[in-house]
Amino acid sequence: MQKRGIVLYLHAHQPYRVCKYSVFDTAYNHNYFDESGIDTDLNNEKVFRKVADKSYRPMTALLEKLLAKHSDFKVSLSITGVFLEQAEKWTPDVISSFQRLVSTGRVEIVAETYYHSLAFFYSLPEFERQVDAHRKKIREVFGVETNVFRNTELSYNDDLAKWAENQGFKGILAEGWDPILEWRSPNYMYRPAGTKNISLLLKNYHLSDDIAFRFGDKNWSQWPLSANTYNNWVNDSIADKSIVNLFMDFETFGEHQWVDTGIFDFYETFIGKWLENPINTFYTVSEAVDTFEPVGEISMPYTVTWADTERDLTAWTGNSMQREALRYIYAMEDEILNTNDIQLISDWRKLQTSDHVYYMCTKWFSDGDVHAYFSPYESPFDAFLYYINVVRDLRWRLYDYHKNRGLNG
Amino acid sequence: MNILMLGWELPPHNSGGLGVACYYMSKALALRGATIDFVVPYTAEHPGIDWMNIHSATGLTPLERYGLGAYDSSKVINKTLSQADAKDLKDMRGVQKCYTKYVEKLVKTLNPDVIHAHDWLTMEAGMRAKAITNAPLVIHVHATEFDRAGGTGNPLVHEIEYQGLMMADRICAVSNITKNIIIEKYGIPADKIEVVYNAIDPESLNDGYVYDGRTYKYLEAMKDEGYTIVSTITRFTIQKGLTFLIRAATKACAKYDKLIFLFVGDGDQRDELIELAADLGISDRILFTGFIRGKQWRDAYSVSDIFVMSSVSEPFGLTALEAAHHGNALIITNQSGVSEVLQSIYKYDFWDEDKLAEQIVSIATSDSLKYSLQQAVQREYSRISWDDAAAKCMRIYGSVRKEIK
Repeated sequence: MQKRGIVLYLHAHQPYRVCKYSVFDTAYNHNYFDESGIDTDLNNEKVFRKVADKSYRPMTALLEKLLAKHSDFKVSLSITGVFLEQAEKWTPDVISSFQRLVSTGRVEIVAETYYHSLAFFYSLPEFERQVDAHRKKIREVFGVETNVFRNTELSYNDDLAKWAENQGFKGILAEGWDPILEWRSPNYMYRPAGTKNISLLLKNYHLSDDIAFRFGDKNWSQWPLSANTYNNWVNDSIADKSIVNLFMDFETFGEHQWVDTGIFDFYETFIGKWLENPINTFYTVSEAVDTFEPVGEISMPYTVTWADTERDLTAWTGNSMQREALRYIYAMEDEILNTNDIQLISDWRKLQTSDHVYYMCTKWFSDGDVHAYFSPYESPFDAFLYYINVVRDLRWRLYDYHKNRGLNG
Repeated sequence: MNILMLGWELPPHNSGGLGVACYYMSKALALRGATIDFVVPYTAEHPGIDWMNIHSATGLTPLERYGLGAYDSSKVINKTLSQADAKDLKDMRGVQKCYTKYVEKLVKTLNPDVIHAHDWLTMEAGMRAKAITNAPLVIHVHATEFDRAGGTGNPLVHEIEYQGLMMADRICAVSNITKNIIIEKYGIPADKIEVVYNAIDPESLNDGYVYDGRTYKYLEAMKDEGYTIVSTITRFTIQKGLTFLIRAATKACAKYDKLIFLFVGDGDQRDELIELAADLGISDRILFTGFIRGKQWRDAYSVSDIFVMSSVSEPFGLTALEAAHHGNALIITNQSGVSEVLQSIYKYDFWDEDKLAEQIVSIATSDSLKYSLQQAVQREYSRISWDDAAAKCMRIYGSVRKEIK
């Protein structure tokens, strides 16, 4: 009899935010991500250092402590390439902390795109290059291989699962969304429709979001949530099933939920309580795949994500500004790559990070407050204008340095 | 000829075109021998203005006065002058009351031959001055509340305009468009209204400015690649007709690829315009500069090939003359007053997107047409002079004085 287990998966990412890039910067200033003002959240270094203090340092320390204390504790992490680049530049100690976690052998790294992009939906070759770049970066920083895949914002569909299977991944992550699951539980392993050798882990969004979104919300009927109560909920949910997939942003700890909400103490206590029961344990994503056979097949012909009440891509592609921005950036692929200009290619890829179009989201109702909180711009319209001015500058660089296309895009 | 001129602003303390028009109008009148006492509602230096006496009606700084939003009557304006508190200088009506009291006192020592008041802001003071001195009142209409509001506006402002226009001995309108609004909306007889067009002083733009092609390097490169730059420089509000311009731009781009549009300015319609351009799939063809001044503003005219004034209702439209000065070909709605004084331009009705698109494409695809329009309008605009405007005002002053005596 296998033990029941929590599959804890945390996602760490920071984008390179675009500065207030005006019409007058185009053709002159090619530093799109270089806002140096100290009182703006467009200053990437400032934001990264701030979040490192609030979240990356205290949470890696807590994970290290939990790993030392509980031999059964395990965790899976996905860390984007743009996160690692920024950490290397500004907070190398954060890299060391993550390296210490991985070196315990009980922390697995999950594969994804280096640039946290939506490339899968716009250019498969570019998507594959970004997955390769991430795999290489992980090997270089942590000396490990990845076996399980997650796509940006947990976006998923049947085609992605088939792609991941062909690439040799043994597992893939997705949202455990009710309209897809219907009567089924996310607390089992599934097989993606049309595949043979890959397993599907579905996020238990009720229990994940109790921590990620609701924990510090004083208007929530369950506030304040105690480790005891939460432990009961998880035990009730798993019952005689296999796993509970708790997937959330790494920044949940300390950044989305501040330290004064008690999130760190809560989490530490909860881990201990969960492990008090000898039939309970933790699995990394790969171990979960190896341990449990799929109980059935799940099909998601349409793309599902972990965002908003719609669980779709509308937070990134829902309005015409977002679609324009994505259309322009992906239309440049061949010309950009043909230049072999490393700086230009890198800038172009950093502009594919999904956060840029997320800042252009205009769904102000019900979901809107979440977007407003996560946007460093005055409005989605400003975010869009800065981005388009940068797109024009990319065209300028193609035109001016590489003479290989007009400015028309 | 002693003129008591009642205005709201003069450069460099102006927030709009009203102050510019008053500046050049008074200067041209002075050159024709008029003695002018000009009242403004704030206290400040006006360097270079030595052709008239400037009187400050309040101790406000120009900046404090901007805060009142002289161009935005949607701010709370709901008190009659007798209800207003002349000591409350944070309230527009308080400032107007203070201004009026100042004028009442001033006319006791001055002996004006004519009182010349500009727009609703100073109409009440003009009427009081007329009552006290029995001098004729000329009201100069640069814009009505219908123009500012893009339809029916603040009822009290309409009421003040109505009274002022009724009480005036003669009315100057900046175009036939404005004259017709005064006739149709306020029921004023046509023969009481004279059209006095604004002008431009080319000397004011010959200040050593040289276009160096640097500010809009990207656009200059596009021009080298054969692109045509179409610009508009305006406030982004509904009465400027910019949604029609964006739709026409889309149609024009579909017919002819090498067009790019420069939108200079800001306003409450900005976000709507950005979204509309995205809806229509031409976001990369429109540059939004935001509000700019100085060299960036001058260079916007200089980099352009075509200037479009798309207004739904524009009393005059000085920017068209500025664009002409900088060598642009002009496309202007029939609903803009400035189209009455220029012949070498393309005209269209503001709603006619197809026609505008066609005009843009025809200029962009024919160098000879473009140069002909550019050169012809450059000759034409410079013949419109402030001296003509002043001469007309002098004639009007003479006629109203005779009528009164």
